[in-house]
Amino acid sequence: MTTPVLQARGLVKRYGKVTALAGSDLELLPGEILAVIGDNGAGKSSLIKALSGAVIPDEGEIFLDGDPVTFSTPIDARRAGIETVHQSLAVSPSLDIAANLFLGRERRRRGVLGSVFRMLDRNGMREEARRQLDALGIMTIQNPGQAVETLSGGQRQAVAVARAAAFGSRVVIMDEPTAALGVRESRAVLDLILQVRDRGLPVILISHNMPHVFEVADRIHIQRLGRRKAVVDPKSVSMSDAVAIMTGAMEPPAA
Amino acid sequence: MTAVVEERDRSLLTRVQHVLHAQATIGPAVVLLASVIVFALLSERFLTPGNISLILQQVAVVGTLAVGQTIVILTAGIDLSCGAIMVLTSIVMAKVAAETGMPGLPALLLGFVVGTLCGLLNGVLVTRLKLPPFIVTLGTLNVFFALNLWYSGSATIRGTDMPSLLLWTGQTLNIGGTRITYGSILLVLLVGAMAFVLKNTAWGRHVYSTGDDLEASRLSGIRTARVLLSVYATAGLIYAVAAWTLIGRIASASPQAGQMDNLDSITAVVIGGTSLFGGRGAIVGSLLGALIVGVFRNGLALAGVDVLWQTMAVGVLIIVAVSLDQWIRKVKP
Repeated sequence: MTTPVLQARGLVKRYGKVTALAGSDLELLPGEILAVIGDNGAGKSSLIKALSGAVIPDEGEIFLDGDPVTFSTPIDARRAGIETVHQSLAVSPSLDIAANLFLGRERRRRGVLGSVFRMLDRNGMREEARRQLDALGIMTIQNPGQAVETLSGGQRQAVAVARAAAFGSRVVIMDEPTAALGVRESRAVLDLILQVRDRGLPVILISHNMPHVFEVADRIHIQRLGRRKAVVDPKSVSMSDAVAIMTGAMEPPAA
Repeated sequence: MTAVVEERDRSLLTRVQHVLHAQATIGPAVVLLASVIVFALLSERFLTPGNISLILQQVAVVGTLAVGQTIVILTAGIDLSCGAIMVLTSIVMAKVAAETGMPGLPALLLGFVVGTLCGLLNGVLVTRLKLPPFIVTLGTLNVFFALNLWYSGSATIRGTDMPSLLLWTGQTLNIGGTRITYGSILLVLLVGAMAFVLKNTAWGRHVYSTGDDLEASRLSGIRTARVLLSVYATAGLIYAVAAWTLIGRIASASPQAGQMDNLDSITAVVIGGTSLFGGRGAIVGSLLGALIVGVFRNGLALAGVDVLWQTMAVGVLIIVAVSLDQWIRKVKP
């Protein structure tokens, strides 16, 4: 059996009396898109936050390529090569596209200008941003010097995805990337997700949109009541059965 | 192709909105230029070297405070305690030097340390206790002002009792017939340095993004608490520089000086185009804002307008500036 790129075992997270995660597992295999679905309150967000370092689980273990890891901040997860596209996108609207791509990991100029005067390598970052956007085929964005607040929802999403794809070396996690988008923009983002996978990066996709999930996912992780209820193959399970398992109306087929 | 069509469809007003959106300092620059022209036409004395020198002196203290105030407001904060920090540090510098005979340089540096620590206290309260900056600095305004009255014994320290370095900011340099104080020159240098840092360093970008969206910045891996702490501490240091300029301006250190400067610094920042909601604005704008207020007060006085109408004019300017900011923020893609 192949070693999962990212694996969680027995994750528990409690908020006061509320148990968001009640011993949840997860396995992400190399080169796959793993969709995570679940009803509201099933613990999807807590699971993803634990994997991206945004919350610290009370119990349980996380393994990256088989080695145990602990993340206490989002920076720890990022350093380990896990990039997350948050539902809120985590972009700074008044900064430009290039600045957002490099937010929190800016590059400085070479030589005295960089080391003493701490000057940013503005041009270098713009060029790299241009390259990343081109590599993902995001041609609608003309100029990396454009402020993010002047972009449409889909373009902002593309910026966030480009950032994750540019810096993620192990895993890209996407939380509801199509939730706020129209039909055409959703299409473009789904294509982006497929492209990220085709570049060899495994993707965890959290979504409420069943047609989107069934279209792009290689496997579907169904979360229910803080636990992993089942992992199903979208080619052998119907959409309505997946929803039935998710809501508890049906028991998962024996694997 | 659609982008080209949209470009043509834009009305003049939308285009103005977009330009102001991209360059926040254009608005205040135009207002300053227009008001200078109007007041020069109203009074022959307005553009004389002596009067320009006077305006610059009047603006130096508030302008310096506004530099610190700007970086705080960029993080979506506000600093009501800036004037109190300035007065407290001016008293510390002057009194320590006057009473213990401490030379000018160490007295000045001591003041800088006190100012930085006051700012740091604001930062700690904002980041650790997670209190709104408005409440924190409203509290520390009173705390610092009380400390200032206690330490000074409510007595003014005369300039003649101080080392000359503390009064240096009031000395003048003759540039083309206009006498410019070193305090004003210090202000220009400070504005230049801070503008450079905000534009060209990662710290500067983090200041903007923290004010723009705190949570997004945190998720992007920015240590937002550290950014906020450094901003409030740096602001405190800048208020201490303002204290130095204040001593030079009034040739003494008075515990009652600069009472209006707290709010005037916020006025300068807002008129200068920096948004009270954080994440948008520029230091140069705040300098222009301070100059606009100075030019308005001076120009209206020369035109024989009563002080109360000068104050009202400044009030109207503030409302107009904030309304303009609201409108600019609504810019559409």
